[in-house]
Amino acid sequence: MSSPSHVEHEHHSSTGLDNRKLAVWAFLGSETMFFGCFILVMLINKHNTLGGQGQEILDLALTSVTTFVLLTSSLSMVLSLAAFRNGSIVWGRIWLGLVILMGIVFLGGQVYEFSEFVHHGLTPSTNLFGASFFTLVGFHGAHVAIGVLWLTTVFVYSYRGRFKSGSDMWGIEFVGLYWHFVDLVWVAIFTLIYLV
Amino acid sequence: MATLSANVPDTRIFSGTAWSWITTVDHKRIAVLYLVTSLGFFLVGGLEALLLRLQLSRPELDIVAPDRFVELFTMHGTTMVFLALMPLSAAFFNLLIPLMIGARDVAFPRLNALSYWIYLFGGIFINISFVAGGAPNAGWFGYAPLTAVQFESTHAIDFWAFGLQILGISSILASINFIVTIINMRAPGMTLNRMPMFVWMSMITAFLIIFAFPAITVGLILLIFDRYLSTSFFLPGGGGDPILWQHMFWVFGHPEVYILILPAMGIVSEILPTFSRKPLFGYAVVAYSGAAIALLGFGVWTHHMFTVGLGPIADTAFAISTMAIAVPTGVKIFNWIATLYGGSISFKTPMLFAIGMVAMFIIGGLSGVILGSPPIDSQTQDTYFVVAHLHYVLFGGTVFGLFAGIYHWFSKITGRLMHDGWGKVHFILMMLGFNLTFLPQHLLGIDGMPRRIHTYPSDMGFDLWNMLSTIGAFMIALSIVVFAVNALRSTRSGEVAGSDPWDGGTLEWTIPSPPPVYNFAEIPVVNSQYPAWDAKRGSGHTGADNPTLEHDPNASHSNIHMPNPSYWPILLAAGLVLAACGLIFHQVLILLGAMIFGISLFGWIEEPAA
Repeated sequence: MSSPSHVEHEHHSSTGLDNRKLAVWAFLGSETMFFGCFILVMLINKHNTLGGQGQEILDLALTSVTTFVLLTSSLSMVLSLAAFRNGSIVWGRIWLGLVILMGIVFLGGQVYEFSEFVHHGLTPSTNLFGASFFTLVGFHGAHVAIGVLWLTTVFVYSYRGRFKSGSDMWGIEFVGLYWHFVDLVWVAIFTLIYLV
Repeated sequence: MATLSANVPDTRIFSGTAWSWITTVDHKRIAVLYLVTSLGFFLVGGLEALLLRLQLSRPELDIVAPDRFVELFTMHGTTMVFLALMPLSAAFFNLLIPLMIGARDVAFPRLNALSYWIYLFGGIFINISFVAGGAPNAGWFGYAPLTAVQFESTHAIDFWAFGLQILGISSILASINFIVTIINMRAPGMTLNRMPMFVWMSMITAFLIIFAFPAITVGLILLIFDRYLSTSFFLPGGGGDPILWQHMFWVFGHPEVYILILPAMGIVSEILPTFSRKPLFGYAVVAYSGAAIALLGFGVWTHHMFTVGLGPIADTAFAISTMAIAVPTGVKIFNWIATLYGGSISFKTPMLFAIGMVAMFIIGGLSGVILGSPPIDSQTQDTYFVVAHLHYVLFGGTVFGLFAGIYHWFSKITGRLMHDGWGKVHFILMMLGFNLTFLPQHLLGIDGMPRRIHTYPSDMGFDLWNMLSTIGAFMIALSIVVFAVNALRSTRSGEVAGSDPWDGGTLEWTIPSPPPVYNFAEIPVVNSQYPAWDAKRGSGHTGADNPTLEHDPNASHSNIHMPNPSYWPILLAAGLVLAACGLIFHQVLILLGAMIFGISLFGWIEEPAA
């Protein structure tokens, strides 16, 4: 529970867990299956190149950097929530802004990567390596993009009287859970597609 | 049953303007919306079936053109699975879960409304295809490459693919809501092992939905990309694999079968004890076998693909897992029979349908074990034997179970009982008609009549069985007419039921019919699996006189705070489906839909929730 001084809902809860948190866990469970299917399709088609561009086109150096940025953003997210909880709304905003910034850097890297691939003749319709890659990484990127929009909304809301000391921090916790999940999915994608 | 105030039940919570229905977030009203809508789609799917049977009644008829025939069987399956039976189960989830666990509403009332509106608009969306260039025509499991652009260049498949995506969103959101409601909002003392069995089965179904639907979501995304972005995920010409679609569909599709049957099993597990006046035999085993069915259900999908040629090892493994499911299923059936054993049984209509469900489901289960054997399956694949099997499970099982539930809980919504005599007429007609329709189809299948064909020559020995099957189908239709008239008449002039017409054991029978908007004036404290029975037996009175469980209609409940109505759910759903329309008709609609969606999202966030 985010803060003891604030009563979330009048409903009692059988497990003691917040209803909303339980809902997010259920949703993320569903999302795990969603990405699991995309990752499986990618693994099936990893060498399905029809003689065209394949795994060798992946730029490990660039993606390692953006991966590092994305994973670091999770740390920043944790620090942001902690700062808001400790009543330091300024630091909360700073860390939150950094998360947004790092998310944008990651997305920028992805846009660059995609346009480079297209430039080198790999599009979704080139072969199934391309199709699976763009689909999997694209859907992950879409999740990151939604996360960035969402974080920005939370950032703006922090100027509108929300997330003050002792108030309900659910808005930050919610986007935080989502953000960590999206990062975690990227760990799987980076390992299975880029490293292996 | 106490006639406290008058002979007329207080149905005010179900009256009100159209606007009050559009903005409602009350789980009971949403249940009614689900009920009416799903029965409407049930009629549509039924009419499609009648047309199919009419065409097949005699050899070499041409009542329905071949192209239309394909559309009709595709839409019959799609409609019945996604628009009729799943939402009809959802009607029961909505009505019963909060009432049975002693809650005032579901965990997220607005999300609940959103699920309904997405479902309604999604159902309309798919059916628009009939007048917008052609309905989906690749079968309800849409096998590749029938769905490829080069074989179907109209939007028929797009309606199907986008429509199922929309319905999937609705199902997943609803399931998250029910999971949280069941896990977190049970009345004090209601441990998991004191939950009514229907709530157990609802929870398992909800978990199945959130874990199984992503597979078809991803499959459909890949299909849409194949059609819109010229990828070839399922097209061998581009290195793709049509079998991948079959895997993705059935990884979803087999759990889907349990998504359809488990709620009916839950309903039957409530009705059999009530009308046998005995607790459910082997409660814990029935609950855990439901969970076992769900888990095993994820490991049997390639039994739909035995003729694909995955090899003897895969076939053997999946045959074993398939037959293993018969164990927990058999456990349930034996427990139901043991519940009846020694009980003082009263054969009211709900009980007849419940017993009918068990009996018909046994037949469907047995033919399922037969089909689980790869050599037999290879002979009967794509014949009417499979059609007979799946209808014994989904009609004999699910539909009979759901009708049992409608007769059983009708009074909880309307305050009145359905007429028992006409209910029995409905049961007899449906039981005879159902068996007349589908029993001969076993024989047709063994004789080699393939499913999904437009017609057949007269010298194949198929004539008699097809004619009987068609007659049976019209008997079912007649039984539905009896049901509809009975339901409509009973709503207005049925016998007033009071709060507890069947001497029920679960919490919903301790509150008035229909319940007040807040359900429970005081949240009850639960000490057993059948708290209402305990209260009644313990005090030696009827439930109406029990002070701990009964709601006092004269008390003031102004301090109970219920969520406010909201129009954001319907707007959000409209935006979503409008955007999907844009992908088919005109891009402007995508923009418009996205705008409505975005505005509604922020409206939703800004709106004070409760």
